[in-house]
Amino acid sequence: MLTLVLPRRLVGFEGAARRSASVAQRNIAALRTAYWLVMLGGLLEPVLYLFSIGVGVGALVGEITLPGGHTVGYPEFVAPAMLASSAMSGALSETTFNFFGKMKFMRLYEGMLATPVRPIEIALGELSWAMLRGSVYSAAFLVIMVLMDLTTPARALLAFPAAVLVGFAFGALGMTISTLIRGWQDFDMIGAGQFALFLFSGTFVPATTYPPVLRWLVEVTPLYRAVDLVRGISIGTLGPVQVLDVLYLLAMTGAGLLIAGRRMERLLCR
Amino acid sequence: MNSLIHARGLIKRFEGFTAVDGIDVDVRPGEAFGFLGPNGAGKSSTMRMIGCVSPPTDGVLRILGMDPRRDGPAIRARLGVCPQLDNLDPELTVRENLTTYARFFGIPRKVARARAAELLDFVQLSERADSRVEPLSGGMKRRLTIARALVNEPDLVLLDEPTTGLDPQARHLVWERLFRLKQQGVTLVLTTHYMDEAEQLCDRLVVMDGGRIVAEGSPRALIETHSTREVVELRFLTEDQGRYADKLAGIGDRTEVLPDRILLYVGDGDDALAEVHRRSLSPASALVRRSSLEDVFLHLTGRTLVD
Repeated sequence: MLTLVLPRRLVGFEGAARRSASVAQRNIAALRTAYWLVMLGGLLEPVLYLFSIGVGVGALVGEITLPGGHTVGYPEFVAPAMLASSAMSGALSETTFNFFGKMKFMRLYEGMLATPVRPIEIALGELSWAMLRGSVYSAAFLVIMVLMDLTTPARALLAFPAAVLVGFAFGALGMTISTLIRGWQDFDMIGAGQFALFLFSGTFVPATTYPPVLRWLVEVTPLYRAVDLVRGISIGTLGPVQVLDVLYLLAMTGAGLLIAGRRMERLLCR
Repeated sequence: MNSLIHARGLIKRFEGFTAVDGIDVDVRPGEAFGFLGPNGAGKSSTMRMIGCVSPPTDGVLRILGMDPRRDGPAIRARLGVCPQLDNLDPELTVRENLTTYARFFGIPRKVARARAAELLDFVQLSERADSRVEPLSGGMKRRLTIARALVNEPDLVLLDEPTTGLDPQARHLVWERLFRLKQQGVTLVLTTHYMDEAEQLCDRLVVMDGGRIVAEGSPRALIETHSTREVVELRFLTEDQGRYADKLAGIGDRTEVLPDRILLYVGDGDDALAEVHRRSLSPASALVRRSSLEDVFLHLTGRTLVD
């Protein structure tokens, strides 16, 4: 009945949403394999970093003063960065390694594309799934942060959608990378790039400690924007810069999805 | 114009080469239609265009009366595709491969489950329903792929080399299932380079070579048009069979000299053999057989290996 009333474009959208969801559902069906073990690993990683560096190294560092003049304990400084980078790595592992494997190795998408599902819907479905997975990590980590008194429950609630946005942005980026790389050997490069971002995005030291040129370079990288957003929320220093962060991450999501969808069409619908 | 597939001057070009070079095809409802040809003839490229996953470079293509460029998803909703290489989901069970696939067509879960059970029964895989895909044999995987292609109750089923790589038992089982589908009125379009497969399954077929259609008709008609009724295979005890070619001149319509034997294309094999003996020629072995699609195929596409 609904389809009779709705204009054609909207019906198309409804169908696209349903088909994207069916792509995500496939991953839920596959969860019954050893896959959940991989997911557990992703959950543990940021917690281990928080304890070893945030709490361990933090005891040596003491308090640090932020550019805005705020003084915070080192664990409070590091925890939101761990949240942002775990949202990044969760999204990237799903959209690079797993996505590439499904596309090139299992050739799953060839099968899907023989159905009404379109390349952009596969991209959307896989991204939604990556987000679902990332959200579980983020929520669990935020609970830990609240329990350790590193942020307040209200700020944690606000930080959650921010972490999801970070995941979307990096998921879209990962998917674009997957459609561009040639083979498994390129994953080493992705890993190296990801680790560099992890170390130098204002995660462990404020970007202001770098010389101006480097600082500028750091501040345009996506993880820096992500950390800046999540940290601003979790320690309560929100300002206009965070609006820029949100816009940056939204643009990254949109561009990534668009390019990934187009590239998939080029690769799979020759 | 009630063709399920209607192509005129259909062309597919990739960087630097033309895979399909202007073909005209019409497939009618209920028909089993075959694309025959050596590797690289353009069969798979044609199938991918019909399956709406590869846009035509030029020409007219209508599938189920619709335009693949515009109505891809709507057409694919009514197609069943069995690709040349199995792309089953190794992370799912046999049954889940069907139910998950059904979801891509928007088939409700309950219907999907019922249909999966029916189809597993049809392809004789019910006992393996909860097994993973990995340990299945090649024949089982192919049957599962065929079942998956039927999950949306398609109007048109595309099968790209459905039995390549299967052992004889598995091939015959697949043929038997495909024949049952045909009897149920499902329109089948398949590619093959097996002549027996084409003769078994196809009502009508085209022979493709170098991206073009070089012959068209029913298997019987193709044999009648492009070959003689019978073939006599003679083998002489010599290094050079060609030495006998002259002595056989005038027998039958056509003579073909191969490294190991000579083929005489004739109307009546026994008459031809009698003539061979009358010329006091005594081949080490002589075989009279009916002309097959393979003779047509080799005649039209040549004996040279292309790939």
